[in-house]
Amino acid sequence: MTAPQRSDGVMPGRLGPAILEQNFRDAYPPLNPHEATVAADRCYFCHDAPCITACPTEIDIPLFIRQIATGTPKAAARTILSQNILGGMCARVCPTETLCEQACVREAAEGKPVEIGQLQRFATDQLMATGAHPFQRAAPTGKTIAVVGAGPAGLACAHRLAMHGHDVVIFEAKPKGGGLNEYGIAAYKSTEDFAQRELDWLLQIGGIDIRHGQRLGVAISLPALQTEYDAVFLGMGLGGVNALGVPGEDKDHAEDAVAFISDLRQADDLAALPIGRRVVVIGGGMTAIDAGVQAKLLGAEDVTIVYRRGKEAMSASDHEQDHAQRKGVRLIYNAAPVGIEGNGRLTGVTFAYTETRDGKLVVTDDTFTLPADQVFKAIGQTLEGVPDGLKLDGRKIAVSGAGATSLDGVWAGGDCAAGGDDLTVTAVAEGRDAADDIHRSLMG
Amino acid sequence: MADLTTDFLGIKSPNPFWLASAPPTDKEYNVRRAFEAGWGGVVWKTLGSEGPPVVNVNGPRYGAIWGADRRLLGLNNIELITDRPLETNLEEIARVKADYPDRAMIVSLMVPCDEDSWKAILPRVAETGADGIELNFGCPHGMSERGMGAAVGQVPEYVEMVTRWCKTYYDKPVIVKLTPNIADIRGPARAAKNGGADAVSLINTINSITAVNLDSMSPEPMIDGRGTHGGYCGPAVKPIALNMVAEIARDPATRGLPISGIGGVTTWRDAAEFMALGAGNVQVCTAAMTYGFKIVQEMISGLSQWMDEKGYASTGDIVGRAVPNVTDWQYLNLNHITKARINQDLCIKCGRCYAACEDTSHQAISMSPDRVFEVMDDECVACNLCVNVCPVDDCITMEVLQPGQVDERTGKVVEEAYANWTTHPNNPMAKAAE
Ligand SMILES: Cc1cc2nc3c(=O)[nH]c(=O)nc-3n(C[C@H](O)[C@H](O)[C@H](O)COP(=O)(O)OP(=O)(O)OC[C@H]3O[C@@H](n4cnc5c(N)ncnc54)[C@H](O)[C@@H]3O)c2cc1C
Ligand SMILES: Cc1cc2nc3c(=O)[nH]c(=O)nc-3n(C[C@H](O)[C@H](O)[C@H](O)COP(=O)(O)O)c2cc1C
Ligand code: SF4
Repeated sequence: MTAPQRSDGVMPGRLGPAILEQNFRDAYPPLNPHEATVAADRCYFCHDAPCITACPTEIDIPLFIRQIATGTPKAAARTILSQNILGGMCARVCPTETLCEQACVREAAEGKPVEIGQLQRFATDQLMATGAHPFQRAAPTGKTIAVVGAGPAGLACAHRLAMHGHDVVIFEAKPKGGGLNEYGIAAYKSTEDFAQRELDWLLQIGGIDIRHGQRLGVAISLPALQTEYDAVFLGMGLGGVNALGVPGEDKDHAEDAVAFISDLRQADDLAALPIGRRVVVIGGGMTAIDAGVQAKLLGAEDVTIVYRRGKEAMSASDHEQDHAQRKGVRLIYNAAPVGIEGNGRLTGVTFAYTETRDGKLVVTDDTFTLPADQVFKAIGQTLEGVPDGLKLDGRKIAVSGAGATSLDGVWAGGDCAAGGDDLTVTAVAEGRDAADDIHRSLMG
Repeated sequence: MADLTTDFLGIKSPNPFWLASAPPTDKEYNVRRAFEAGWGGVVWKTLGSEGPPVVNVNGPRYGAIWGADRRLLGLNNIELITDRPLETNLEEIARVKADYPDRAMIVSLMVPCDEDSWKAILPRVAETGADGIELNFGCPHGMSERGMGAAVGQVPEYVEMVTRWCKTYYDKPVIVKLTPNIADIRGPARAAKNGGADAVSLINTINSITAVNLDSMSPEPMIDGRGTHGGYCGPAVKPIALNMVAEIARDPATRGLPISGIGGVTTWRDAAEFMALGAGNVQVCTAAMTYGFKIVQEMISGLSQWMDEKGYASTGDIVGRAVPNVTDWQYLNLNHITKARINQDLCIKCGRCYAACEDTSHQAISMSPDRVFEVMDDECVACNLCVNVCPVDDCITMEVLQPGQVDERTGKVVEEAYANWTTHPNNPMAKAAE
């Protein structure tokens, strides 16, 4: 009998439970108190610190690090959470190497930034371990706001609105809240059901009612929300996925990477998840990296991520690319898929090398075929089911100021709104700022 | 290779690094290991009179102050003198000295402040063959309440009197160890000299409370819910010790009196600094208690490399070299004008210099929107704060203005001549320059 790792095809149980458990542990284990003190001491407490500006939620990083250094991590957590209510998740998932830590002056000084993300996790973990919620609501305003989507944008918006004294009803299509925190983030970034624990903790503020199975455009409509509620915030993310548009795309096991990750995040038993022996991932973002790495961790023997442009153009950071390579994932740059092969069963993917001519990416005649029994498409998500009457900016909802859409009384933020990177932290910032704007406009 | 041997009061040792009287020198076992590790000499843990020894507390003896990564910066203790029988200590001292004739062996003493007590103990010490004695007039806790230690050291008349008794009943060198818990260190130093002391050693520990336990509301170290002041030592006390050593070295009344420098010596550099300010050797306690005896290897190699690089042949060449440059504030040259300079290539744009100068100094640093920090010469008073708060070595330096250049802050041309406060027109007591 062939060892499970070396059997062709897409099958479950390539690795035993013990190895899987190890593979899907925290990729970066939390700091212990001593490590946190040492890490905190490296902060220079810069004047008008560049890291604050680099954080989309503008957390007062030097202040919270000083609070850790002086033995008050819960005060540090308050500093973080007052700007970013999902500071716990952001500490785990933010590409800090392109945000706060990139701006850290110690990055310039010695190529080793202060470990801001890890320190943020240390502080927020300490506070959340107490189970207590550090914020209170203002006196009730009598206003109720509808929020569509319980992802980072919707939750940040709802929490801030609740703090201002408004009531909030969140309409969420899925059975669980959290958005991509629950269904998308790599398993090794958010372990031990953190997304749900953080959600429960956040909801302790009170005044937020999440209604599941409520898809906008199906169970509810925007005009109805507009009439029934004092304001509406749209935070439904990007539900659709882009297609490759190559022959063979409809074959079995040519799958959407986001769906694969979602299945993985929801699996009770990772050993029961089928995975190919040879896996090809097409794309250049975080989704591609996460799909590739997790395929490898599930026991795929051979995983290759293929991206149509060069390394520098990849939206996944160097740090993430390195992480994938350390886990044994191969990265091929400057190659675009031209066909998915196989007579019936999927057997491989053919790529053509690309070149940039006159600023345009073109496919050359130089092709190669990677053998594969599973392909993950990770070439971007799209906005689905845009309610009528909303102006778009490109393929996303057009917004101005703090998330005001073209419709009166309707705001939008997060991945579904134009502008800003598609990151958890950006979604939080936009949700929060929209809430403040809604509050201003309702209270005059 | 530089010659590190020292001759302190005729007592020879292979290097100037002695262990101070404290737990590292409390017994034969430690001292033998210290000598094996390379220490040039030891001052044995302070002995008391014949009879039942003192007792120490049975809870924590130490409190501490830490820097980054729990680096010990200051240590505080409430330990007393040796709590082992006099006889045991004397036997051990004799044995160790016999086996290590080339190392300095000094016996620290603290007995009641009456002639008979000193008369009784001194011949016993002499029998051990030790090279000299050190009078512990410094211990700030426990013993001073019994009229010993700092209680003697703080009264110059007592210092002089006890020193004289020792010179009368003991014929080898007498070193007087001074307490820093006094307003002017020169008083007891002069008293020691007048009493005939061969040298002074300083500093002993500083009265201190290192911390307060905010749960139990008790000083640390806490014994059953209460605490008391202890003696502070370690790197944190070095600046205080250096100043006191320098004061004695340049006091006309004590100039030339040999000094054994103590207080926060942690590296070869600290030792070199004490010696430059007039110490003939140094004594170390906390550094050994923090890192173990092995640190002496770094002290030896470091001092020796530095001396070679500077062309100093022997330790005698460095002792007291910096003393002539220690002066009083009124003699500093007011025509020496400097300005801070920020090296833009080294700058990491943390902005600490800006915050320091803008918030707390002279608003002499500008900050551009893209975080370029520059010194404005017309505001800079050359206080050096930016240099001190900058986290990058040599990024900010002080540039000396040359005679003929204009100080943009005052609009005056820099003069070549030396001029100090004593002759300054703003000084009501100014004397006309001769
Ligand atoms: C695989 C993957 C990995 C990622 N990894 C990272 C990472 O490591 N770090 C990082 O910063 N970012 C990462 N991102 C990006 C990040 O997850 C998103 O930017 C962020 O979740 C956007 O938040 P959001 O609230 O706008 O949308 P979402 O998180 O997508 O939440 C939208 C919510 O709205 C609900 N919804 C959708 N349509 C409707 C509707 N019609 N009616 C009602 N409810 C609806 C959804 O079910 C969902 O709960 C990753 C994204 C993916 C896909
Ligand atoms: C625990 C402890 C006990 C000490 N006991 C004595 C002592 O018995 N006699 C004495 O003269 N000095 C004693 N000292 C003071 C040291 O000899 C020394 O003067 C002081 O610690 C400063 O030096 P340092 O900074 O190198 O530690 C003691 C210091 C410590 C830490
Ligand atoms: S030396 Fe003092 S006054 Fe001059 S720039 Fe630096 S901090 Fe400001």
